Amino acid sequence: MLVTKSEIEMKLQSIKRIIGFVIIMLGLMNTPAQAILTIEITQGVEAGIPIAVVPFSWQGSPMADDSMADIIQADLNRSGRFESIPRQDFLAQPHDIKNVKYKDWRLLKAEALVVGQAKEIAPGKYNVQFQLVDVFKGKQLAGYRYTVNARQLRKLSHQISDIIYHKLTGEKGAFNTRIAYITREKSGSKKRFLLKVADSDGYKPRTILESPQPLMSPAWSPDASKLAYVSFEKRRSMIFIQRLNDGKREKIASFKGINSAPAFSPDGRKLAFVSSKDGNPEIYVYDLNTRAITRLTRHHGIDTEPSWMPGSSRLVFTSDRSGQPQVYQMNANGSGVARLTYDGRYNARPSVSADGKLMTMISRGNGRFHVVVMDMRTKAITKLTDTLLDESPSFAPNGRMVLYATEQQGKGVLAAVSADGKIHQTIKFLKGDVREPAWSPYLRR
Amino acid sequence: MKKTTLVTGVVLLAAMVAVSGCNKKTRKDSPTVDSESVTTAGTGTEFGPDGQPLGEWQGGAGGAAGDLLSQTRVYFEYDSSSLTAEGQAILEAHAGFLNGNSVSVILEGHADERGTREYNLALGERRAMSAADVLMALGIDSSRIETVSYGEENPVAEGHDESVWSMNRRVEIRYGN
Repeated sequence: MLVTKSEIEMKLQSIKRIIGFVIIMLGLMNTPAQAILTIEITQGVEAGIPIAVVPFSWQGSPMADDSMADIIQADLNRSGRFESIPRQDFLAQPHDIKNVKYKDWRLLKAEALVVGQAKEIAPGKYNVQFQLVDVFKGKQLAGYRYTVNARQLRKLSHQISDIIYHKLTGEKGAFNTRIAYITREKSGSKKRFLLKVADSDGYKPRTILESPQPLMSPAWSPDASKLAYVSFEKRRSMIFIQRLNDGKREKIASFKGINSAPAFSPDGRKLAFVSSKDGNPEIYVYDLNTRAITRLTRHHGIDTEPSWMPGSSRLVFTSDRSGQPQVYQMNANGSGVARLTYDGRYNARPSVSADGKLMTMISRGNGRFHVVVMDMRTKAITKLTDTLLDESPSFAPNGRMVLYATEQQGKGVLAAVSADGKIHQTIKFLKGDVREPAWSPYLRR
Repeated sequence: MKKTTLVTGVVLLAAMVAVSGCNKKTRKDSPTVDSESVTTAGTGTEFGPDGQPLGEWQGGAGGAAGDLLSQTRVYFEYDSSSLTAEGQAILEAHAGFLNGNSVSVILEGHADERGTREYNLALGERRAMSAADVLMALGIDSSRIETVSYGEENPVAEGHDESVWSMNRRVEIRYGN
């Protein structure tokens, strides 16, 4: 049975009415909200910008789980560019720049300070204000006011993190983005595969598709409104594109043989994919407007895992034409094939950053499959991880972090590493084996 | 080439009954012994012609019966789609069966979890193709053979070491109508 998001929502609405009572009962029992995931920063360097995030003053019903300051502080810490000052050290808890005593914060060596306040102006509706303060210059760097619904408070927190990140590093933040991933859940001999989308920190997961047969290779459209993926629902691989807002989906490729590795071009006009319809795995391009299919590669070896370079005029891909998997690049019409990797005997699943400067991929060394980045100009390779079974690396849209899947204690988990390899973190979901994460492009506001 | 597997009489008999039963009446799934019932019914240990235990096949599903036709899984080396001698012999036995029975066959290629998923999907297909090549070389029409790849998505064994990986690098032989 295959369930799309819209069907799930319809079912949920009818179920909600029935179980509303049960939820109220649980509320009365005052059970603490069960965390669905934990984020652990497993390795990091303390050389970030010292920042103090003061809990916002709050008038009205509190947020369900974390507070806005918690979310903002966690975002900034995960980036590796900040070092947040422990709250127990704070000498005061101001909520407006008017009440900030700069010496309190200079004493703690804070360079930046975040203060804010929220007020419920109608049931479930909040006015939120925050200010970012330069402690040494004693002036405001940013200040914004918002009116949002209660369910937008988490998203707003990520937006505020993006503003802080931008003001203090000069680079665009990528907190208000999403990740797509696949989970496999097992109960007894029954398996189910779920395609999910969550916030960039793993929170607010929702199921896009559920199937008893494997799901693979989620890929974002450049406007983050659609996902392409591979489904085995008919007992063989087929490629679909599904809209996130209404769950509507379309079958794109169901040729004889394998249909795999979809990748939207950055201009949103094309979908590169792999098919073995002409005898062995080759890379093709599907024109999303004309539906015309063009074959790009012609080789008896395996050609797979296409990924576009910015500008949509070139692609990188994996080929074993040399005898083992290595990464190649070619023009969008299939001409000009050139090998990019020579280190080691296994380099695969390349993915290029949005600015085209870096490429991440999986490399084998000492029997381990780990994440590396290659500088596209110098071809220098930096190893980012040293775990056994890493896979599916993709860049954050600002190119600063690489999200990938790995295995811990026999379970698939998501992990992220800064592109310089200095900050490592894992996202552990309580349920299921998690694999194949894909970081979304920037969201349209 | 080691392929003669000696097993206890109970297991062999069970295998023969099951296989001959299938020869008369084509079953929907597979003309072979249900490997699970054989391994649980049989108490024998496997050993080769030299009297030594069969390390490679021990515990491997489908390996308990002596009859090659009862084996529905063909195993591969890491990152390889070349058939082993055992694999070749198993496929030859199935080609013989297909020559005498008008059924179709599905060859389902799989990979172990190491390496990237999309590459492994291609590798699984290549394994299924090399199994198909054997059947076609022995006279089975390509229209009766379907190949499908699941890559690393449907492991038979769970775990993260070579004993598990070697069981997952396989082609499964399934019969249709």
